[in-house]
Amino acid sequence: MTRPAARGGSRASADRLARLLNLVPYLLARPGIEVAEAADDLGVTERQLREDLELLWVCGLPGYGPGDLIDMAFDGDRVTITYDAGIDRPLRLTPDEALALVVALRMLAETPGVTNREAVERALAKIEDAAGDLVGAPVEVRLPADTRRVEALRAAVEGGRALRITYYTAARDETTERTIDPLRMLMVGGRAYVEAWCRRVEAVRLFRADRIDAVTELDEPAVVPPQARPHDLTDGVFRPSPDLPLITLRVGRGERWITEYYPCERVEAGDGDHWLVSLRVTDLAWARRFVLGLGPDVTVVAPAELAEQVRAAATAALDAYARPAPAARQGAPDAAAPPAADPAVAAGPR
Amino acid sequence: MSRTRTERLVNLVICLLSTRRFLTAAQIAATVPGYEHDPNDARDHEAFQRKFERDKAELRELGVPLETGTASVFDAEPGYRIAPREYALPDIPLEPDEAAAVGIAARLWQHAGLAAAASSGLAKLRAAGVDVDPQATLGLEPMVTVDPAFAPLTAAARDRREVGFDYRVPDRDAPTRRRLQPWGVVCWRGRWYVVGHDLDRAATRCFRLSRVVGAVRVTGDPGGYQPPAGVDLISHVARWSGPVERTGRATVLAAPGRAAGLRRWAVDVAAGPDGDRLVLPYADPDSLASQLVGYGPDVRVIDPPEVREAVIQRLKEIAVRHDELAVAGGAR
Repeated sequence: MTRPAARGGSRASADRLARLLNLVPYLLARPGIEVAEAADDLGVTERQLREDLELLWVCGLPGYGPGDLIDMAFDGDRVTITYDAGIDRPLRLTPDEALALVVALRMLAETPGVTNREAVERALAKIEDAAGDLVGAPVEVRLPADTRRVEALRAAVEGGRALRITYYTAARDETTERTIDPLRMLMVGGRAYVEAWCRRVEAVRLFRADRIDAVTELDEPAVVPPQARPHDLTDGVFRPSPDLPLITLRVGRGERWITEYYPCERVEAGDGDHWLVSLRVTDLAWARRFVLGLGPDVTVVAPAELAEQVRAAATAALDAYARPAPAARQGAPDAAAPPAADPAVAAGPR
Repeated sequence: MSRTRTERLVNLVICLLSTRRFLTAAQIAATVPGYEHDPNDARDHEAFQRKFERDKAELRELGVPLETGTASVFDAEPGYRIAPREYALPDIPLEPDEAAAVGIAARLWQHAGLAAAASSGLAKLRAAGVDVDPQATLGLEPMVTVDPAFAPLTAAARDRREVGFDYRVPDRDAPTRRRLQPWGVVCWRGRWYVVGHDLDRAATRCFRLSRVVGAVRVTGDPGGYQPPAGVDLISHVARWSGPVERTGRATVLAAPGRAAGLRRWAVDVAAGPDGDRLVLPYADPDSLASQLVGYGPDVRVIDPPEVREAVIQRLKEIAVRHDELAVAGGAR
């Protein structure tokens, strides 16, 4: 019944075995490499690398005499393999390794705005070739985007200067002018972003490429303050923090899709077909626009403040429709028909 | 795990790589350090056999191509060897810019399992003498995230094995059980889908990986079916989410300085005494209406009537619903 533990141990042992089988050809290809450099390159400590070398030193061909064992020469801190006992090549790629490399390369090749796409495609062809049948795993990638916009942004980011951008912030439904010092460009979930220090909010922000409406390169270089840190995007772009307002909505069947598009804290079955969905929002004004836009089968359960804002906004909008409408477009065929008396509005609340 | 075991396994690999003859378990035990035992002692022999089985399993899991066969027709007992050609990574002559691209690709995975596979794959390329510039960048890098169903479904598609899984669509109350012959996995606009032959619907279907609930069950044997020749997987996914033509034109009145989101895609903006008149291209009147309702009193539809009516209808229902709520003190 010690299976899980045994498996864990076996994993670690398999990792070490894989590393050891790689180590001989790695060193063979780099005679006289410094131990510290090799360790750094291989992602292990120098001490671990020396332990690996000691272990390899006592391994070799049957007979296990001085001429059969793996041998190496040390010159100060440098090491050279002088006898490889037949493990002069790394092990072929496993299906998982081939898949992971090939899919990531296809992703890169498909990413709009990548600088050296041609090199990516050449590398992909060579890896696919080396992996042979292993790449039978049919994985296709398509990341459609406004390539020209993304490429223009990338060029601006690579220019190394501060940028003046016109940016639309959906959370506040406002368009602002900002000066940013770009860190990098990246693509998450099929969308391109510029990650940059924003001088306006004095913090690192992700700017969605499709919401950057204009860019100007400034004469000054981009200077990213030392305290600026790139976002951890492991869990996606929007990571709701617990200090943001929590809203709870009662949503009908037709609006349940929101649970797939927005990170939700809680989704519970409510009465009838309804679900009770709780999510964190950046601010209540956004939540008001969000709820209004979702449609009639969504009701705010909490907070009461939001419910009141939604009600007030809907009522005020209806009041506006009840007033005589401004003249319709000039020259429109229906210009003569006054659209003022709207029975739908007359029957509405208040 | 123990150094002695690792040492034994390295020696086993070297031994089997160096032999042309198939070596029996007994011959291996007599040769490779770490397998010493008394074959005449039943318990000791059994312990050796267990140890040897574990070691073989570990080598196979690592991807070592362990061949089984007999040295001659007179041998009843199977033997083992590793063909160096099968073992070794073929030469991959990568140019520096290609190697850099592979290095970048290997670090894109945000999924722990695939990240580990990518980096061990890259480690093999470097062991083959490829130097990877860790500073290289392509100006724009994708973060590659996948759903948990990705690994089992790609493996099943590769091996052509039927699968079963529970699939949850938000507008249904309970997940449904689906049976599929997967042809392949597709990333479209940042989301993952599996395309294949749905055995219950007897038709081609695509499924969003994020909607697969729980584990994917592999139910069929390898090579259980043949995907159609030259199938274009992307086309099956993209057909349902392709771009739409916005041929309609709606005119709305927006309060000055408000509705920035609408102004961005207005094809015409004219300031007037009642506010700014925006002309908006649209495809579907209902979805335009839901978007306009979001702006509440800041936006008023002038034309066309169908959009105007849809907006008013929605506003009324929302107002009624939230009025009830206020009266009932949020009891519902």
